[in-house]
Amino acid sequence: MTKLIVDGAEVEVPAEYTILQACEAAGAEIPRFCYHERLSIAGNCRMCLVEVKGGPPKPVASCAMGVKDLRPGPNGEPPVVFTRSPMVKKAREGVMEFLLINHPLDCPICDQGGECDLQDQAMAYGVSGSRFHENKRAVEDKYIGPLVKTIMTRCIHCTRCVRFVAEVAGSPEIGAIGRGEDMEITTYLEHAMTSELQGNVIDLCPVGALTSRPYAFQARSWELSKTESIDVMDALGSAIRVDARGREVMRILPRINEDVNEEWISDKTRFVWDGLRTQRLDRPYLRENGRLRPANWPEVFSAIAEKAKAADPKRMGAIAGDLATAEEMFALKDLMGRLGVTNIDARQDGSALDPRHGRGSYLFNAGISGIDEADAILLVGTNPRHEAPVLNARIRKRWRLGGLKVALVGERADLTYGAEHVGAGTDSLTELVEGKHSFAKVLSGASRPLVIVGAGALARADGLAVLAAAAKLAKSSGEAAGWNGLCVLHSAASRVAALDLGLTPGEGGLTAPEMAASGALDLVFLLGADEIDVGAGAFAVYVGSHGDRGAHRADVILPGAAYTEKSGIYVNTEGRVQMANRAAFPPGEAREDWAILRALSERLGAKLPYDSLAQLRAAMFAAAPHLAAIDQIAEAGEPTFDQSVRLSSEPFRNAIADFYLSNPIARASAVMAEMSALRRGAHAEAAE
Amino acid sequence: MSVRRLYAEQPADFAFTQDNLQWVEGQIAKYPEGRQASAVIPLLWKAQEQHGGWLPEPAIRRIAEMLGMPTIRVMEVATFYTMFNLSPVGEHFVQLCGTTPCALRGANALKEVCRKAIGPERTVSADGKLSWLEVECLGACANAPMVQINYDYYEDLDPENFEALLDKLRAGETVAPGPQTGRSCSAPLGGDTTLTDETLYDGSVVGAWKKRFHDKHGEGDATDASSEGRPGDKSRPEAKTASGKGDAEARPDAGEAKPEKASKPGAPKKPGGEG
Repeated sequence: MTKLIVDGAEVEVPAEYTILQACEAAGAEIPRFCYHERLSIAGNCRMCLVEVKGGPPKPVASCAMGVKDLRPGPNGEPPVVFTRSPMVKKAREGVMEFLLINHPLDCPICDQGGECDLQDQAMAYGVSGSRFHENKRAVEDKYIGPLVKTIMTRCIHCTRCVRFVAEVAGSPEIGAIGRGEDMEITTYLEHAMTSELQGNVIDLCPVGALTSRPYAFQARSWELSKTESIDVMDALGSAIRVDARGREVMRILPRINEDVNEEWISDKTRFVWDGLRTQRLDRPYLRENGRLRPANWPEVFSAIAEKAKAADPKRMGAIAGDLATAEEMFALKDLMGRLGVTNIDARQDGSALDPRHGRGSYLFNAGISGIDEADAILLVGTNPRHEAPVLNARIRKRWRLGGLKVALVGERADLTYGAEHVGAGTDSLTELVEGKHSFAKVLSGASRPLVIVGAGALARADGLAVLAAAAKLAKSSGEAAGWNGLCVLHSAASRVAALDLGLTPGEGGLTAPEMAASGALDLVFLLGADEIDVGAGAFAVYVGSHGDRGAHRADVILPGAAYTEKSGIYVNTEGRVQMANRAAFPPGEAREDWAILRALSERLGAKLPYDSLAQLRAAMFAAAPHLAAIDQIAEAGEPTFDQSVRLSSEPFRNAIADFYLSNPIARASAVMAEMSALRRGAHAEAAE
Repeated sequence: MSVRRLYAEQPADFAFTQDNLQWVEGQIAKYPEGRQASAVIPLLWKAQEQHGGWLPEPAIRRIAEMLGMPTIRVMEVATFYTMFNLSPVGEHFVQLCGTTPCALRGANALKEVCRKAIGPERTVSADGKLSWLEVECLGACANAPMVQINYDYYEDLDPENFEALLDKLRAGETVAPGPQTGRSCSAPLGGDTTLTDETLYDGSVVGAWKKRFHDKHGEGDATDASSEGRPGDKSRPEAKTASGKGDAEARPDAGEAKPEKASKPGAPKKPGGEG
């Protein structure tokens, strides 16, 4: 610890702190543009200048000077830092004047207006006028992809974007070409960026040089209602803020949650909002003579009740989708239980995960923040870059610190960090278990190894054997006490809650793929189940928000709410219980899914005993108490496996084939479609 | 300086010649494993040399591949350093210094010559022989105004001799680098103005001060005077002999060589020989 005096107040900070960090610890505000906590230090904006007593006789860039480099006073007094002295004030005014020399005065037409660091700091630390009478510099705008819009004249060359894509995203595509006044930020020959995290440069940009292209000229930040919520695009449950105007979601931004997403979100999370407006189901539909026609609620409920009355509970079933909240899945299970239906499943992909093996068998046991401590990582049948880009960035962050070895069993992929490719299939996994491969030694020598199993590796006939092998690998090696290295990386936001609530087939029940087989059922309820093709024969009731695969198959459509339009509990892949909040209302006659199930239950003669979401939650918490602990991870326990399944030699397939089109909302989004096409084009080019 | 962009028409590909490839591999080998990116400037320089004095886009890409660098990083280097030309240059690439000393000595007139004889700045003349660019100080202010043509400096220019120089280059005649006025290096223009006395170099002035001293004061005083602060000649007999002979005799070649050299105008003069 180092002691220093900031503006007269003594403060003790760790020796590795910079002056800027120390000043913040002392409660002093230091303006900055280029400095960012999660990026390397550049020290090129000069906005963080402070005065140091005993230091150089000039202002010091506080972001780039360590407190341990400060000189003590002649009698050993702690070093003294001033952040409000006349020298500092003058220095800040000077820096600000220089920054504004070439910055256009286009705040009224700038999308950053109102939430612009330069604007705010010019107000707080700048002077009111300019002494510059020459022409301002103008810079050509660059194309860097369909997501990020550039207005390069506004750029102040902080290089945050350059550092972000090189360090965090791991695809060093942005650079600063030219020099001095002619320095320009661009990608090589204006190619589109390829990172799945590129949208974060919009948040990082302290001015309006990089802004969101889909959001361009859509809204002003102060006219939006801001709702803190949880993302459902992947199983990570990133913390997001949903900004809505009226009933339209205008944009989605990340919130800081150190345990989950730090402060990044993936492009799918950020730009999927245009999919919330298109392909929406805003009224009930009924299929008549092979065509869906608009209907009203009583009509469709009677049609379902008629079918349900005629159907044998053994020939009825329910499948819960990937974006469902815990509440509606609980209501669905409750309803099916009351109807005597045992055919219920949430594992559309046919995953082998099952709550009977213990909660520890389907969680990311080490926790997402556990990656920071890992010293060896084995990826089995997963491409985290597509299945959870933010988690992948975390692995990369750990890898950059050094001392981490990563190996991959499954499809080859560019993960943005060095990963040894062990093999494509289960043979390589067996080799590792038997200690025949060199990476087996790395795993057994590691004190905190992680074995990350992708959803794709578990959605196979031998999924349970893969999971057991992974558990063995994670267990045989982990030496640190209390470390559980078995990590299941889900690809569906609803999956862990579904398994927690036991949305798996009851006694003699059918699994989702079995239910989907032609002629297996007479009546099937699809709660937002869009990743499964239900075969002919069954009368399909689809409850969901988007006209996607499930709705096309459905005989009755009950319009539901998307994740931004309902309050609900999601459990992320590490078992963290998180609450999503309503930012807007569902369109037209659409209702929240739990309310639809509640209303339907009455018509089916199996009335659910809750009239409000609070009552539903109370019932759910009684059944699954750990869901009541928001933002907590309940103790998981050791998984147990009955080793009855044998490994097949089939190669692993990743759960997500197209990152941009992995759920009904993303498939309705024009932005995601454009990104997907761009990615496919790039792949086709690379293959040539 | 101005915004530098890649040239619009680029070759399809770039590859180092066999010789250059060998040289390039030698450069890369200088750096330890994982630090190959350090060789980026020599490689870019060699590529520019091989490609007629300018750097094509495929070369930037190839070098990035060779060094395992992101292409944009090589692009950053290539656009940062103004000595990397991003568009074609003439066979003789004239870099004209326009910084203050040269400007005061007439660089602006040379620019006019360039515009007349070559064409606008940054454009290659129709015959492909010449192109020109105004650059910042090249560090030869003593011979201002000057230009650098490919690897050589041409100094002490005026519009007439510069135009003649350009004509010669265009015609493929050999030209002599260095000052174009006949002087050597940065020796004074119009001959020496100091140390011009021939006797300085023939040994005749060696010990002259002593003679003058003797004429004025007589021998005894001189001995007394010299013995005041330091050991006298009497106590140091060898000192007297040495001062009598002088350095010129101690170095036999000095006395003979100097006068010859002094008679050659423009030759550098070395003061020496006096005692």
